[in-house]
Amino acid sequence: MIRLPLVLVFAALLFSAGVYGVLARRNAVMVLMAIELMLNAVNLNLIAFSASLKDVSGQVFALFVIAVAAAEVGIGLALVILLFRNRASINVDEVDLLKW
Amino acid sequence: MVALVHILAQATTEPGVSDAKAPNWFMAHAYIIPLLLMASAALTLVLGRRTPGKGPVYGIAALAVGLVFSLGCLVGIAQGSGVATDGVHWFTIGGFSVDAGYYVDGLAATMLVVVTGVSLMVHLYAMGYMHGDKRYTWFYFVLSLFTAAMLVVVLAPNLFELLVGWEVMGVCSYLLIGHWYEEHVNSSAAIKAFITTRIGDVPFMFGIFACIVIAGGTTSNIQAVGQAVGVSHDTVLVTAAALLLFGGTIGKSAQFPLHVWLPDAMAGPTPVSALIHAATMVAAGVYLVGRMFEVFVHADPAVLTIVGTIGAITMLGAAILAMVQDDIKRVLAYSTLSQLAYMVAGLSMGETGYSAAFFHLFTHAFFKGLLFLAAGSLIHAVHSNNMSDMGGLRAKMPVTFITMLIGSLALAGFPLIGGFWSKDELLVTASTGHLWLFVMFLVTAIATAFYTGRMLFLTFYGPFRGHAEPHESPSIMTAPLVVLAVATIAAGFLGSPFTHYVFVDWVHFGTPEVHSFHGAIAVFGSVAALAGLGLGWLLYGPKRERETDPLQRGLGPVWGVLQHRYYIDDFYFNDIVRPVRDSVSAGVVWFNQNVLDGVVNGAAVTARGGSGAIMWIDRNIIDGAVNGAGTAMETFGKGLRLVQSGKVQWYAVGLFAGVIALSLFIFR
Repeated sequence: MIRLPLVLVFAALLFSAGVYGVLARRNAVMVLMAIELMLNAVNLNLIAFSASLKDVSGQVFALFVIAVAAAEVGIGLALVILLFRNRASINVDEVDLLKW
Repeated sequence: MVALVHILAQATTEPGVSDAKAPNWFMAHAYIIPLLLMASAALTLVLGRRTPGKGPVYGIAALAVGLVFSLGCLVGIAQGSGVATDGVHWFTIGGFSVDAGYYVDGLAATMLVVVTGVSLMVHLYAMGYMHGDKRYTWFYFVLSLFTAAMLVVVLAPNLFELLVGWEVMGVCSYLLIGHWYEEHVNSSAAIKAFITTRIGDVPFMFGIFACIVIAGGTTSNIQAVGQAVGVSHDTVLVTAAALLLFGGTIGKSAQFPLHVWLPDAMAGPTPVSALIHAATMVAAGVYLVGRMFEVFVHADPAVLTIVGTIGAITMLGAAILAMVQDDIKRVLAYSTLSQLAYMVAGLSMGETGYSAAFFHLFTHAFFKGLLFLAAGSLIHAVHSNNMSDMGGLRAKMPVTFITMLIGSLALAGFPLIGGFWSKDELLVTASTGHLWLFVMFLVTAIATAFYTGRMLFLTFYGPFRGHAEPHESPSIMTAPLVVLAVATIAAGFLGSPFTHYVFVDWVHFGTPEVHSFHGAIAVFGSVAALAGLGLGWLLYGPKRERETDPLQRGLGPVWGVLQHRYYIDDFYFNDIVRPVRDSVSAGVVWFNQNVLDGVVNGAAVTARGGSGAIMWIDRNIIDGAVNGAGTAMETFGKGLRLVQSGKVQWYAVGLFAGVIALSLFIFR
């Protein structure tokens, strides 16, 4: 059985990669994928603790997160498509209508 | 007003009761009568113009109820009840406290009937006489206010309350004499009346202070003063108090030497003359002496001698002046002076004269009110005050003639009518030990009958000498005449052997003196009255055709002196009023030019400087603060909006930075 701290460190690295992606990438699709990384890091944590504590509710939460993530990606991609149709670009830097 | 509220608040509590039979309900609630009149005055002022009939309805309603109350009080007195008095605390200054309340004894009860009765008749009469007057509602307001003040005087349990009513009466008198102030003569007469009575009010106020000192400095209650006077050893102070109080009487009741205002007060409307300057207010001075009689009795006997002397001088002096007047109201005004002097002289005879004097006040109020209202009816008909414009009105104005005849006979002392009985009582009293007053009474009675006869014959007999078309007055004016004529006759009998001198039981000082009918004295009085009337008939009867007044031929140079009222008015005006007025007015001009203008200019300069300073503060400090606040907000906002870049990843940076900061904070 894989030791818990190893999994947690991996999940943390994965989450950090996601944060970096969200903050640094300009392509909206890449931002969405980075968000996906962060969600899956959380899923990893949930399942690792579930296995370690012998409690199945963590795995149930992970399933919910996967479902929500699917819906979120669906909406996110729809937004990206609309963005592209209006602007002919999916660069998040250019989407700054909310300023001032 | 505060005091009135207090009285109302205590209206439910049981009043204090002293000796004899318990006072009846009307006596215990006598304070309602002046309150009613105050309410009617207020209503007339506020709502009068908007009321149908323009206002008299309030006063008349209040007086009708008030008259019922007054008669109720008199019934209580007649049934033998003692004094009803009560009060509520009004105010305290140091150790001196004043109550607001009422004090009903026989004297007050009879005065209540006189005041409400005559006032009611005058209110009704004036509806006709004052019809169409431009200050009609105002007239009724002042009339009601006056009546309220007079009732306060009558019911006052202490000198302070009495003074309040006394002064309000003075103001009302002033306002009503000058009712037609557009004419200079009238406003001058009003000022003359006001200032002359005030000259009497100054000693009166000091008399009140003296009474308060006698009573120990804690109260001005009349009963308390009366008791304190009885045990006081300070005869000088008591004497001074009596003399000073009598100063108020001289002013208000127009006795020599302050009598000059009353004849001029005839400038007011005739109903006012009837109510204020004949029946009630001028009687207040006499009433004051009666109220404070303990002080007069316990003072040095010289005080009563002075009172009697002044009464005697006024009595005859005024009666003689009444003989030479042409203005019918002036005849009656001098007659009033003379009759008031009868009362003053009656009081000067001490305890024995007390009942007689107030009986004369009682009968006089009715017949003099009647005479004035009848004279008003004549004036209304011929549009002139002068008897030289009248004559022969007997047939044209029958009701006025009959009622005025009754009033005149009552004034003259014609047997069995009105004043005959009261003069008889005065004569009876004077016959025991006051011989000189007895003689004065008789001589004045002859003079009174003479000028009364002259007045009657000049107005109702002989040919008509005026220019107008005389006609009988409307019934709203004649009805009060008839009522007062009946009251005049009835009032006289209250002091006659037929009613066993019941008035003496009502109004007396100490124990009621026993009156009996002296045939000889009644004959004296009757002969005096008939002699005077006969003399009048001889000189002024209808058979006489004359251009000039027969007295003018008979008296020669004396006539001139009488026409100038013994030069007393001229002396006052030339040697007192004018020097004082001129120097005062010069002083006032100087004061105005130098002090008042200086103050005004100084104030203006100060205001200008001050406003400059305030303007600088406003511009720089206040506006600066306001603008500064705005600018600060603008600068801050400009800086802050840079944060709102619209770049979503910067927001995310903030978000994660926040999470990290929180984590560090929590897990440190």
